[in-house]
Amino acid sequence: MMFEWDWNYTWEILPILGEASLVTLQATLLGFVLAAVLGLAFALLRMSRLVYIRWITTAIIEFIRSTPLLIQIFFLYYVMPEFGLTLDAMTAGILALGVHYACYCSEVYRAGLDNVPKGQWEAAIALNLSPYATLRNVIIPQAIPPVVPALSNYLVALFKETPLLSAIAVLELMQTAKILASESFQYTEPITLVGLYFLVFSLISAALSRQLEAWLNTRHGGSR
Amino acid sequence: MNQVDNPMVRFENVTKRYGSHTVLDKLDFEVAANEKVAIIGPSGSGKTTLLRMLMTLEEIDDGIIYVDGEPLTHMLDGDRLVPANRKHLSRVRAKIGMVFQHFNLFPHMSAVNNCIVAPLTVLGLSKDAAYERAAELLDMVGLGDKLDHYPGQLSGGQKQRVAIARALAMRPKIMLFDEVTSALDPELVGEVLKVIRKLGDAHDLTLLMVTHEMGFAKEFADRVCFFDQGKIAEQGTPEEIFSAPTNERTIQFLSAVLETG
Amino acid sequence: MQEKPIQHRLVIVGILSLMAGFAVVTYSSFREFLPELLRGALVTIQVTLGGAMVAVAAALIAAVFKMYGSLFGRWLAIFYIEVFRGTSALVQLFWMFFVLPYFGITLEPFTVGVLALGLNIGAYGAEVIRGAIQSIDKGQWEAATALNLSRMQTLRRIILPQAFVVMIPPWGNLFIELLKGTALVSMITLGDLAFKAQQLNQNTLRTVEIFSLVLIMYLCLAMIITSLMRALERRASRGLVRGRAS
Ligand SMILES: Nc1ncnc2c1ncn2[C@@H]1O[C@H](COP(=O)(O)OP(=O)(O)O)[C@@H](O)[C@H]1O
Ligand SMILES: [Mg+2]
Repeated sequence: MMFEWDWNYTWEILPILGEASLVTLQATLLGFVLAAVLGLAFALLRMSRLVYIRWITTAIIEFIRSTPLLIQIFFLYYVMPEFGLTLDAMTAGILALGVHYACYCSEVYRAGLDNVPKGQWEAAIALNLSPYATLRNVIIPQAIPPVVPALSNYLVALFKETPLLSAIAVLELMQTAKILASESFQYTEPITLVGLYFLVFSLISAALSRQLEAWLNTRHGGSR
Repeated sequence: MNQVDNPMVRFENVTKRYGSHTVLDKLDFEVAANEKVAIIGPSGSGKTTLLRMLMTLEEIDDGIIYVDGEPLTHMLDGDRLVPANRKHLSRVRAKIGMVFQHFNLFPHMSAVNNCIVAPLTVLGLSKDAAYERAAELLDMVGLGDKLDHYPGQLSGGQKQRVAIARALAMRPKIMLFDEVTSALDPELVGEVLKVIRKLGDAHDLTLLMVTHEMGFAKEFADRVCFFDQGKIAEQGTPEEIFSAPTNERTIQFLSAVLETG
Repeated sequence: MQEKPIQHRLVIVGILSLMAGFAVVTYSSFREFLPELLRGALVTIQVTLGGAMVAVAAALIAAVFKMYGSLFGRWLAIFYIEVFRGTSALVQLFWMFFVLPYFGITLEPFTVGVLALGLNIGAYGAEVIRGAIQSIDKGQWEAATALNLSRMQTLRRIILPQAFVVMIPPWGNLFIELLKGTALVSMITLGDLAFKAQQLNQNTLRTVEIFSLVLIMYLCLAMIITSLMRALERRASRGLVRGRAS
């Protein structure tokens, strides 16, 4: 059999895929907001003065990072109802994505926090700032900007993992493409289009990320 | 020992160790209210450690530090002294300000914001009041035209003057200076010392400064303490220390410093 | 995707989770599931091993082509790396499974799994290898040139052995990613651990026990990878230290 590309079929499914891609984008954005917030919380818990809290947080993070996202999606979708928490597929998927990537983000935040010089903490103590004010006004504003490019890499990584949500039948891009393909028995166009969609977005965001990094490097600051 | 009636700062039998290395050994040390004390001594003799303990940046291993009559590192629980909790530390710490050798300005805040952040969040001042206070202090240190400059846009001497204004904005009773001119190019030292001299004229500020500027210590300080190996080897008025030192180590140190200086 | 290597605290974490796992397992009649899950785990291990070999080979070739290839070779390597990093692993897997047959290439699900996951991780690995090679001091190249070694000889005998040590921790992370990625092959009908979990779940509805057990099994596999890589790192850096001393 030779390579054949059906343009008519392509034009036919493009609007449908376009609509499904909105679900993909929605899952990406909501998932990443959760990842960014929860990741910061994890990173801060790992700096706690209490050993137990540091330990438990570390254990949870390592556990989640070492096990497949797909199983975690199943876990939230199938297991949580047993504990009385029934989630619809989209919610379970977003939660799983968010929690999974929060663990990666927390490593990034941690690197950022570690890079704030000790003198900044000491100056905050000398000014009698509360721990909360120290974090909020002094440490976090310095810790986050340098790691924004690294965080944005995880945004793209999370985006590329949204097709996993098709495993619990969320009607995102991949699931839609599979349904279209199985109805028409034409697999080449839908699946290739999905691949191209991710490729284009990834290349664009890689370019944006590079620009962001360059901009961050030329910003004021640095000398204390 | 230089006994004072109502000391602003009192170290009682204070010991500090790093591992097996004893940095400060059963130190007794007092500073009267409004006194200006210069601390000199060879590198590694524990001068920085002394200031950092007073600023609660280091824990002490033994002994008690009193500030303005109140224990800093301990508090009263009934009639027993127990290690201070955070709230107590914060309350006593409010009386102390510190200026660091390497400035430690907040690089993401303009000069004026560096001076505002603590009064705003700790003292609960209004934005306007905090701004007014910060502008006044920055003007006092000669930076009235640099309010909106970021640390990265300032020279070393200017940064250090911002740091002084920032500490003063909290209205401390005690100011600690740890070699505040050591990281500066020689031509910038004068502008910072000028500001400190100005502070000396204020009649309600106790000053402890670790310094290698012997000339400045001599004319500025009420008392000079020579530290050696975690102990005060000799102390007295500037005249006594600089003109007629009695301790062998002091003589050695001064001759070495004055020769190269 | 590269960052700090996973630390040995993972071991502690593992022990804790195992204890939690046993708590789950003792009250359930897990003997029912275990044989089936172990069969699944075997497939997971096979896909991981096969994928790792494909990944290392693809990464090495792509890295060398990207750095030292002809214009066409460089272009090809960049194309491979960007396409496989820019699209999802699952999309690649489905593409090879559903679309390749239309090109007249029909592969076993197992082969598809190994190839797709291996090539996916290999694209990331290529950048790891490139970074490691570029981290080696220029003086090493100059010294080798002065000894009249060819470029390929220098690379093989002088540069790669040194770059090897630098590469181990990030490769450790990539192998963990690979292991996690193998769960995707359950979606192309391959009977791996994730597949068995779903199957058992549908048949027995003992959801909590099954998925907890499966998560723990993945964790154990991850810990094995981590400790192997740490052992490798220790050996490799010992050799290098000895080499440097002489
Ligand atoms: N964090 C630390 N850990 C171990 N030793 C320290 C630490 N800080 C200071 N020291 C040691 O304590 C001694 C006194 O240091 P310091 O107070 O900085 O001396 P000075 O300021 O007089 O030069 C030195 O011997 C120094 O090496
Ligand atoms: Mg010092």
